Amino acid sequence: MGGIQARFKLDWPGFALDVDLDLPARGVTALFGHSGSGKTTLLRCIAGLERAPRGRLTVNGAVWQDDEHKGRHGGGHWLPTHQRPLGYVFQEASLFPHLTVLGNLRYGLKRLAGVQPNSANTDLDAAIQLLGIRPLLERKPDRLSGGERQRVSMARALALRPRLLLMDEPLAALDVKRKQEILPYLERLHRALDIPVLYVSHAPDEVARLADHIVVLEAGRAVATGPLTETLARLDLPIQLGEDVGVVLDAVVAERDAQWHLARVEFPGGSLWVRDGGQAIGDPVRVRILARDVSIALQPVSGTSIQNCLSATVEQMAGDHHPALALLRLRVGPSPLLARLTQRSSTGLCLVPGKAVWVQIKAVALIG
Amino acid sequence: MFLNDSDLQAIWLTVRLAGIVTLILLMVGTPIAWWLARSKAWWKGPVGAVVAMPLVLPPSVLGFYLLLAMGPNGPVGQLTTALGIGLLPFTFWGLVIGSVFYSLPFMVQPLQTAFESVGERPLEVAATLRASPLDAFFTVAVPLALPGFLTASILTFAHTVGEFGVVLMIGGNIPGVTRVASVQIYDHVEALEYLQAHRLSAVMLVFSFVVLLALYVWRPQPVRGA
Repeated sequence: MGGIQARFKLDWPGFALDVDLDLPARGVTALFGHSGSGKTTLLRCIAGLERAPRGRLTVNGAVWQDDEHKGRHGGGHWLPTHQRPLGYVFQEASLFPHLTVLGNLRYGLKRLAGVQPNSANTDLDAAIQLLGIRPLLERKPDRLSGGERQRVSMARALALRPRLLLMDEPLAALDVKRKQEILPYLERLHRALDIPVLYVSHAPDEVARLADHIVVLEAGRAVATGPLTETLARLDLPIQLGEDVGVVLDAVVAERDAQWHLARVEFPGGSLWVRDGGQAIGDPVRVRILARDVSIALQPVSGTSIQNCLSATVEQMAGDHHPALALLRLRVGPSPLLARLTQRSSTGLCLVPGKAVWVQIKAVALIG
Repeated sequence: MFLNDSDLQAIWLTVRLAGIVTLILLMVGTPIAWWLARSKAWWKGPVGAVVAMPLVLPPSVLGFYLLLAMGPNGPVGQLTTALGIGLLPFTFWGLVIGSVFYSLPFMVQPLQTAFESVGERPLEVAATLRASPLDAFFTVAVPLALPGFLTASILTFAHTVGEFGVVLMIGGNIPGVTRVASVQIYDHVEALEYLQAHRLSAVMLVFSFVVLLALYVWRPQPVRGA
C-alpha cells in the first residue's frame, strides 16, 4: 500500500488531536488551518517528535507506529525519529550554530546507514544545486540571512534522500521579501521531488502555489481533505478564508503574445489571458482566481476592459460570511470557478443551479 | 624562597585534589545536570534541592556526616573495608570523595543552566538527521553547552581549592596527604607564623581573583542560535 496512512488520537489539556488520514504517495499535501488547529502537532506525530498515545502510521507500506496491534510485551510498535527515513524542515531554520553550512549539510549524511560515500556526495551536490547555496558552504549560520538559512535547512533535509519530507511553515518566520526569494526554490522542489511532501501552512497563498492536495484542520480534526482544486472550490469549506476564497487551476501555456506581453494558458474547459510570466509554450503553470474577481453576466459583454470572459454554468450557491454576499460555484467545462456577488444581484439575475451564464474574470494570478 | 617546601607541598596537593575532583564531577555532574535540565518527573525538585544543599550547609555538618558514613561503623566504611581498601577518612581519596559532594552544586548548576538554554529544538533537529539520542548529546548538546562546561569546571576547581571545613572534618591535617593550602594557612596562624600565613594567603588571594577575572572578562560567549 503506497502513500501515508495516519491515524492519531491524542489528548492534552486544552487540546485534542483526532485524525484519520490517507494521503497520496507523491505531491505536496498542505496541512492547512489556523494556529492552534493542530497542524504542527500532526506533523510532529508523523515525525515521531511527539507520540500520540493511540496511533497507527504507515508510510509507503512501512509501519512507523502501531498501537493498535499490541506486541507480545503489550507495547505498540514505535520507530524512533532517528530511524525514520524522513526530512524535516522546521519553522525557524534551526541550523546547528557550531557547524558551518557544509557541516550542517553533512551531519545527517554521515549518519545514513548503508549509503556509499559517492552516492551521498551526489545527493548532497544535487541538494546544494537545487537550493542554490553553493556560495554559502563555508559560512557559519550566523553569517546567513533568514532566507539563506531556510534554504540550507531544506537542503540539509533533502540531502538525506528522505522517503517523506515534512515542512513546518518554513516561510512563516520570514518577511515578505525573503518569502518571495524562497518560493521559487520551493516550486522547483515541488517539481523535482517524487516523494510525498507534507507542508504545514496557515497562508492561503502558499497553499495555492505549492499544494496538490489539502487537509484542512480545525480544533485537532481534519474537516476537509482532497485534491486542492476541488477542495478549494467547495462552498461548504468549513474554514473562513475571507478575501482569499477562490480556486486554483492547473494550466498549460498555449500561446504567447510578445506585443502585449501576455500569455494564453489553457485549463480543462477553457483558456485565459494572463501576464506573460516568461514560461515557454507547453510549460505547466498554475493560476489562481479569487471569487471576488469573478463577475457574472447573462450575455457576453462587449466594450469592457476585461480580457477574460468565459461561458459557464451555475452549479451551486451559498451564503457568504456577510449576509449581503453570496458565493457561487460555476463550472467552465470540468473546471470549477467561484464567484462572489451580492445577494441582490444574484436574485436580480435569477441565478439558479444549472443556468448558463458568462463569467468575467477581472484578475488572474499566475502562480508558479 | 618565597614559599617553603611544606607550603609548596600543600599547594601541589590542593591543585591535585581540585583537578581530580573537577574531572570526577565532570563525569558525575554532567548526567545529573542533563537529567535535571530535561526531566519532567516530580522528584526533580527534591533531587535539585539535595544537589544544592552543600551551598547552604555548614561544611562541618557535611564533613561530620561523611566522616560517620566513611568511618568503621558507617555503610561506606564497611563497604570499603570489605573491599580491602581500608577506611577512607584521613586519606587523600577520602578528601576527594568529600570534595565531590562539597563541590557538586558548582558543577551541576551551571551545566543545568547551559543545557536548559540549549533547549529541545537542536536535539529534535539532530533526531530528524538520524542521530540517536546519545549521538545527539555528544555532537550537539555538548558543543552548544561548551561555555557552561568551562564555567562549571572553573567554578568547581576554584571552590575545591577554597575548601576548609570538610577537609578538617574528614581529612585532618596530615602533611602531603590531606594538608591542603587552606589548612596550611590555619596551621601557620596557629603557630604564629604570620609571615608564612601572609605569603600563602596572598597566593590564594591572587589565584581567586585571577579565576574570577577569567570568568567575568574572558567569559566565553555562548554560540548564537541560528
